[in-house]
Amino acid sequence: MQSPITDPSGAEPLIEFDRVDKSFGDLKVLDKLNFRVDPGERVTLIGPSGSGKTTILRLLMTLEKVTPTADPETEGGVIYVEGKPYSHMEKGGKLVPASERWLRQRRSRVGMVFQQFNLFPNMKVLRNVTEAQVHVAGRSKAEAEAKAGELLELVGLSEKADEYPARLSGGQQQRVAIARALAMDPDILLLDEVTSALDPELVADVLAVLRDVAETTSITMLCVTHEMGFARDVSNRVLMFDNGQIVEQGAPEAIFSEPQEARTQDFLRAVLAE
Amino acid sequence: MQTQWSNETLREIFPAIWDGFLVVLQVTLVAGVIAIVLGLFVAIGERNGPVWLRRPLGALFQFVRNTPLLVQVLIVWTATSLYINPEWSAFAVGSAVLGVHYASYTSESYRAGIDAIPKGQWEAATALNLPARRVWGAVVLPQMARRSAAAVGNWIIAMFKEVPTLFVIGVMEMIAEARAFQGQHYTGAVEGYTLAGLLFLAASYPVAVAMRRLEIRLAKSNY
Amino acid sequence: MDFQAVIESLPRYGEPLLVTIGVTVASAALALVLAFTLGLMTGSRRLAVRTPARVFVEFFRGSSVVVQLFWFAFAMPVVLGIQFDYLIVAGIIALGFNYGAYSSEVVRGAIAAVPKGQLEAATALNLTPSQKMRLVVLPQAWPEMIPSLCAFAIMLLKASALVSVIGILDITWLAGLLGKQPGQDRLLHYGVVLVIYFILAWLIWTGMRALERKAKRGLGIDAKPAKGRLAPAVAEGGAL
Repeated sequence: MQSPITDPSGAEPLIEFDRVDKSFGDLKVLDKLNFRVDPGERVTLIGPSGSGKTTILRLLMTLEKVTPTADPETEGGVIYVEGKPYSHMEKGGKLVPASERWLRQRRSRVGMVFQQFNLFPNMKVLRNVTEAQVHVAGRSKAEAEAKAGELLELVGLSEKADEYPARLSGGQQQRVAIARALAMDPDILLLDEVTSALDPELVADVLAVLRDVAETTSITMLCVTHEMGFARDVSNRVLMFDNGQIVEQGAPEAIFSEPQEARTQDFLRAVLAE
Repeated sequence: MQTQWSNETLREIFPAIWDGFLVVLQVTLVAGVIAIVLGLFVAIGERNGPVWLRRPLGALFQFVRNTPLLVQVLIVWTATSLYINPEWSAFAVGSAVLGVHYASYTSESYRAGIDAIPKGQWEAATALNLPARRVWGAVVLPQMARRSAAAVGNWIIAMFKEVPTLFVIGVMEMIAEARAFQGQHYTGAVEGYTLAGLLFLAASYPVAVAMRRLEIRLAKSNY
Repeated sequence: MDFQAVIESLPRYGEPLLVTIGVTVASAALALVLAFTLGLMTGSRRLAVRTPARVFVEFFRGSSVVVQLFWFAFAMPVVLGIQFDYLIVAGIIALGFNYGAYSSEVVRGAIAAVPKGQLEAATALNLTPSQKMRLVVLPQAWPEMIPSLCAFAIMLLKASALVSVIGILDITWLAGLLGKQPGQDRLLHYGVVLVIYFILAWLIWTGMRALERKAKRGLGIDAKPAKGRLAPAVAEGGAL
């Protein structure tokens, strides 16, 4: 089953949300949301808290499920990745909500870095980075450790490989978390407010690592952040959210210099005043 | 009825009480393994088992937890000796009932240990696509073990002190030994019960202190 | 299985049920008094107050309640020369002392957990030590104690079945007696008794929940709805 929207340029979008709804109880966080991301794009999601940005990342990581629609073929409510259904699967020619097995298979190309790092505290840094390589990607221990070594060097933490996460600063833990996500060679990297939980002086190191990743790889990145400078430098496109809808989108220069919508202007004024 | 304390009787009854104490230790070992292992399965089963199993399992162990060990021992012993297999020893049946009874407590401690693991740990495991076996084996259980170790240890100490209940079905622990001695010699109950109490004190106090130390040490550890 | 005989003999459980309830309530009352006395004493800064209470608590926590029951009933009259007219008193004292010692740790812990700023504020208002305890500390500590005290109350109820083995005529004793009579099914009688204990445990739990809600309302806290778990495992640290 192909995604219903065809791109005039012919390039197939990597990620596509087709009229996606998401509610938590009575609270509607995404309202018939349409949007798409091309391969290699760096997209930053901005907007007031509660506007649904983080929910988009969590849906892509399958930590949440879309609110089901009665007839996905006509009503939408489906997420596609690489042109194939992602939140749903095909069964008897129809789209049905994905099974856990299907999700296991599909989410393997997606990686995520969390606001709270979420390193495994019972594993040393090295094993945090090798665990999934060995037990999910099926690499040998030596292979996984070699890869972990490279990535720890990339994030500047080679000498911490043998420490427990609790002995690292928040910024260091977050850099390990980035290495852990990259170790699985994801096509899509989701960054969920990765600097919000950090003390101000630790933010720069983490952002430097991410800038480095953005420059040296072609990984598609979706990023929820309040770091406008970082968003401006790294992203190709900025999406402004409010009430589960995209209010405005465009190149970072355009959004940050000449926002068209009043809501965007208010939001940027509030954030930059901080 | 005996009317006087006798050091002579104390010396005579000591070997019997000591034998009873060794039986208490054996029961504790067997029942402790059951409580530690079964409790873990119950905690996991109640949380992540098949949906049809969760409620009945929870209800069953809630019932076990809220009814007296003594009556449970009596009812199971009646069932095995009259209806199932009279060959089964009181030691085996008593240890099994004691172990299951305390599994109803340890499962709660395990459950609390699992619930205390931050949600982000499960989410990170999902994001890395770890299979369920690894999520439990490498992420959840090691973190749970640290959080639950002291509590489970305390339940095992409590269980140790409840072993004498099994005298009602004829397990020859200290109370039963003292009563048997009394039956033969018409004296010794006073010395026997006193000795039994002191042996418990001597055995469980150091372990309880060690457990408190462990609790403090685990609280200060890396995770 | 002969349900008829069991149903017909149900009325005979009436009086033993009063014994079970009586033993539980009396020893719980004793345990509660001891818990507060010992809890305040072990939390004291004065060594002369703390030490005897500590010894008492460790002595009764450290040994087995079953053995203590036999000791109070059959050894104490000889060793200490104290003889009760009724064996049931020995049972109540053994249970009350044992669970009082355990519960005192709950009281001590809850008192210690009251934020230090509260004591400093009370000092700033120039309250006397007993006023501080009565007006500031205990009202805040009490709601925190209730769940753990509830767990101990249920454990005490369960332990009350042990008095049957020293010859007190409670429901466990009656089930054993009736079960041996011809035409009666022992399994069914024990089953009946288990259900009675479960109902009693549920009543304790429900009562304690109501008490906790009331105590928390007194502090302006909305008690969360019950999680639906009867008798939680005793609060960590307060246990054993």
